[in-house]
Amino acid sequence: MDVWFAVFLTIVTAATPLLLAATGELVVERSGVLNLGVEGMMVMGAVAGFGAAFLSGNPYLGVIAAIFAGMAMALLFGFLTLSLVTNQVATGLSLTLLGLGLSGLLGESFVGEPGVRLPKWLGIDMLIPLSFILTAVVAFVLFRTKAGLIIRAVGDSHSSAHALGYRVIWVRYGCVLFGGACAGLAGGYLSLVYTPQWVENMTAGRGWIALALVVFASWLPWRVAIGAYLFGAISILSFVVQTRGWSIPPQFLNSLPYLGTILALVVISASRRLTRGNAPASLGQPFVPDR
Amino acid sequence: MQLVLEKRPERSRRMALLSPLLAILLTVITGAVIFALRGIEPLHGLNVYFIEPLTQIWSLEQLVVKATPLVLIGVGLAVCYTANVWNIGAEGQFTFGAILGGMILVLFPAWQSPLTLVMMLLFGILGGMIYGAIPALLKIRFNANEILTSLMLVYVVQFLLDWLVRGPWRDPQGFNFPKTITFEGLQLLPMLSGSIHLGAVFAVLAALVLAFVMGRMLKGFEVRVVGNAPRAARFAGFSRPRTILFCFLLSGGLAGLAGITEVASVVGQLQPQISPGYGFTAIIVAFLGRLNPLGALAAGLMLALSYLGGEAAQVSLGLSDRIAKVFQGILLFYILACDTLILYRFRWLKPQALAATQPAE
Amino acid sequence: MTDKDGKDHLLEALHIVKIFGTLRANDDVSLFVRPGEIHALLGENGAGKSTLVKIIYGALQPTSGELRWQGEPVTIGSPAQARKLGIGMVFQHFSLFEALTVAENIALALPGAFDIAALSQRIRTISRDYGLPLEPSATVGDLSVGERQRIEIIRCLLQEPKLLIMDEPTAVLTPQEADQLFLVLERLAKEGCSILYISHRLEEVKRLCQSATILRQGKVVACVDPRKETAASLARLMVGSDIHVVHPKAKPRSGPARLVLDKLSLAQDGPFGVGLRDISLSVAGGEVVAIAGVAGNGQSEFFDAISGEKPLARNEALLIDGKPCGRLSITARRRMGAAFVPEERLGHGAVPAFRLSENVILTRYASDKDLTRSGTIGRDAAANVAERVIKSYDVRKGKPDPEARALSGGNLQKFVVGRELDRNPAVLVVNQPTWGVDAGAAATIRQALIDLARAGSAVLVISQDLDEIFEIADRIAVISRGQLSEAYPASELTREKIGLLMAGEHEMREERHAARA
Repeated sequence: MDVWFAVFLTIVTAATPLLLAATGELVVERSGVLNLGVEGMMVMGAVAGFGAAFLSGNPYLGVIAAIFAGMAMALLFGFLTLSLVTNQVATGLSLTLLGLGLSGLLGESFVGEPGVRLPKWLGIDMLIPLSFILTAVVAFVLFRTKAGLIIRAVGDSHSSAHALGYRVIWVRYGCVLFGGACAGLAGGYLSLVYTPQWVENMTAGRGWIALALVVFASWLPWRVAIGAYLFGAISILSFVVQTRGWSIPPQFLNSLPYLGTILALVVISASRRLTRGNAPASLGQPFVPDR
Repeated sequence: MQLVLEKRPERSRRMALLSPLLAILLTVITGAVIFALRGIEPLHGLNVYFIEPLTQIWSLEQLVVKATPLVLIGVGLAVCYTANVWNIGAEGQFTFGAILGGMILVLFPAWQSPLTLVMMLLFGILGGMIYGAIPALLKIRFNANEILTSLMLVYVVQFLLDWLVRGPWRDPQGFNFPKTITFEGLQLLPMLSGSIHLGAVFAVLAALVLAFVMGRMLKGFEVRVVGNAPRAARFAGFSRPRTILFCFLLSGGLAGLAGITEVASVVGQLQPQISPGYGFTAIIVAFLGRLNPLGALAAGLMLALSYLGGEAAQVSLGLSDRIAKVFQGILLFYILACDTLILYRFRWLKPQALAATQPAE
Repeated sequence: MTDKDGKDHLLEALHIVKIFGTLRANDDVSLFVRPGEIHALLGENGAGKSTLVKIIYGALQPTSGELRWQGEPVTIGSPAQARKLGIGMVFQHFSLFEALTVAENIALALPGAFDIAALSQRIRTISRDYGLPLEPSATVGDLSVGERQRIEIIRCLLQEPKLLIMDEPTAVLTPQEADQLFLVLERLAKEGCSILYISHRLEEVKRLCQSATILRQGKVVACVDPRKETAASLARLMVGSDIHVVHPKAKPRSGPARLVLDKLSLAQDGPFGVGLRDISLSVAGGEVVAIAGVAGNGQSEFFDAISGEKPLARNEALLIDGKPCGRLSITARRRMGAAFVPEERLGHGAVPAFRLSENVILTRYASDKDLTRSGTIGRDAAANVAERVIKSYDVRKGKPDPEARALSGGNLQKFVVGRELDRNPAVLVVNQPTWGVDAGAAATIRQALIDLARAGSAVLVISQDLDEIFEIADRIAVISRGQLSEAYPASELTREKIGLLMAGEHEMREERHAARA
């Protein structure tokens, strides 16, 4: 029994940051914006979360700081892509580059320091149930409320939404900030729960995997959850290898999530029915209203 | 009054030239602010970071050495991004090129002939092309997003290199350090002057050739049309899949060349870390150079300066050399923001018109 | 509040001025709409009709001028505010969301929370009531253009508007569908809803409207009762001079067939595409053949199949000058003497960010020897061609060799058509040759097409504009849901007959044939 519980725990802890970040990015993309800066927002969330908790001794303050750091980065992205109409792909990339650099600089004095772990509630980390609640709420809002309808409408055709009088830019700002908050929280999970310490580049590509998950889930929230847990399951492999004492190079095991991501993208993208149906039609398109 | 964007009828040629300079200026100003916040006299800080590295021969040589891989990768990426093909895995192609080129020496450690280097370079280019072809083919065949696949492959190849130099390729006489044998003699690139090696010539040649291809040849025209207007490209009979493959092979090959020249000169062996993120910094090179190969040549020197400045700041100002990455990130943001001015201009919206645009609810 | 006739006005637009950059799109325009009248807003493309109605609908703000609603001065800051006042609008380019359902599309235009079930019921009721059948749970992307227009209309009707603005509503309908629409509009007017009807089709304005405001180059030139005018007098007011009449057609010389389609088929591409089935047609040198049809019935697929942008499975399905080329690329077909002009000028026929001389290279690099020399581009040669096209077809531009996007729609269209005519092609295929082009430019282009045919080339024109088709075509075929009717001599066809063919009469007949056989 204990082994199974350990397996389950391994999957959940690995899946939660992916689920948080991917759910946020899903909302962003549903509104027609492609933010490739998830990795950068996440790593800033991680350093801010660790730093605030470490300096104040209060892990809850860490969670809040992580969320705000993600949102601050998202605001920067939003200002460029939405107000200055810059290329979303390039801006997202630069958000990641800046986030990785800035977090390295800010976190320099935290390296090697003991972290403050977020306390458990009833034996589990509260961010784990929260990630599920978040996904459920996003699914409900997107498909059962007017706000969600507006978000999907803006993502489908921003010019039609504008013609009907919706404020496309503000809807998108809201979604981008929400995505930033989720990515920041995912980063905070890494530095406050997953491994309560600060290591440079500790997100290790998870932001990119979250982006791939959104495609894998063909923009549907509950499929994001399934995808995140499938990816979490990959991490059991190293667990199995350790317990069985197989001699597989650790580098090979470590590269599995990345190879898995590529495989998942290939499988899902090859099926045009799955990707075309839900992909927001104006994803990545710049919008400038006539005046 | 509110500031709004207005589309220009045509792209502004003046802003196209001015925007990179404006971006650099804004980065320098931001740098001064960062220095001030850190309690360093801003002018002194800027002097140490941006000026001093340009005043001594050895550091100028270092500038060229660091610019070499940046330019080689950056010009290839400039062509990619012009075609709207998003190869962001140049770091991986760089590494795989280094692995495949270095393989020659791991297999034949005693081979010392002029042909040795030629084979290394060819295998380096081949390695980069092979590794670049993977995301290209996945995109063409399965429509898999090339941004994500090319980036994932970076992580994979870094684990591969790590495994090789700790395992099968480790130097038996290397005191258990994770590295291959050290390259020497004819296995290294010839030096031109001081620490500048032959790679600098490759970089300049690549920029010149690609500038000609992009500006004067039908192939360059094809790449530009495919990137600019995909539907018009199909109407012109240009194939997007063919262009994707071309771009990935070209930029991958150049990144592979950069990888092997780097290990056959500066690094001198294969080891877990062979690049301070050149493949990612080259993305900034491509954009700062306005996706123009000659522009990338100048931009490569600028970004090399940011690396040198970081080292200088560490030595003279007691700052972390990580500040270099921050400057690079900020610079890219400013470039993208300033590029807006090429296609748009700012206009003041009058207050009454502004009041009128408020929603009714 | 009252005008000289002593009648109340529902809407008054007074001295409206709207400036875009240097262009005065509306220059001191005044418009008066009475309750319950159908009021026409007439004008050529670019006369300022769309700008004016966007201002009335709150989508644009006037540079100066005043709006009055039921006598009270109002500022209409947004479409939502306009809807609140009781103004509804059906756009020429629909503001619909293809990935959403009919009910969701309508919910987006209504204020407040949404209850899809209740709304669907209301949609069913009102659509049955007005004879505009619509299924609320259908996805918009799957619907025809006519059905999409119904969504727009019902979306407005649900808000019980006092003023309904219709922007060129019949441009996308068959003549029969248009008749159906007129009945709905007349009934609405009787119920007290005013209608502002934008059009450049004079016959329907004469038939439907009680008054008309005519715009030319951003100014009001007249306010008339269209029922008391002739089509010619209205046209004179619109254009400002006697309209250019295309040179009377000389008898078509019947030469050999230069373009032959033999049972051409093409699979449907994507969820919203149209497949082509067994299309056969032969175009002889010397004649102009036109393909009529309502938008979205496979015209663009038909164009892509002939041009080679979508190569065919069977090489013999397409012959140019007798040589099979169904599997050849567009470049190879150009080398055989064919030339193509797509519907979309910017982004398809021309690269918006490229100069005109570069856009010459786009379609002619393979067929013109001096444009490429061992892989390099002949810039001077390209500039010469561009200069020649600009001169021959009177392309007006701000500066020498501008970017394509800097040209007005009409001038760019003259350029992309001229670029192909300049090659003197054996076969020319044009999709929507004068879409969104002013009357002068349209006449130039139509004349050039006829002249090319009379010089011995085969010209195939795909158009949704029946006036244009009757003006230039020697024979006419109709495309409907990816199938093509027989090509009839233009003199044997009436609008009614074409309307029936558009609605798919030939399909039904063929099915009957098939059933009998």
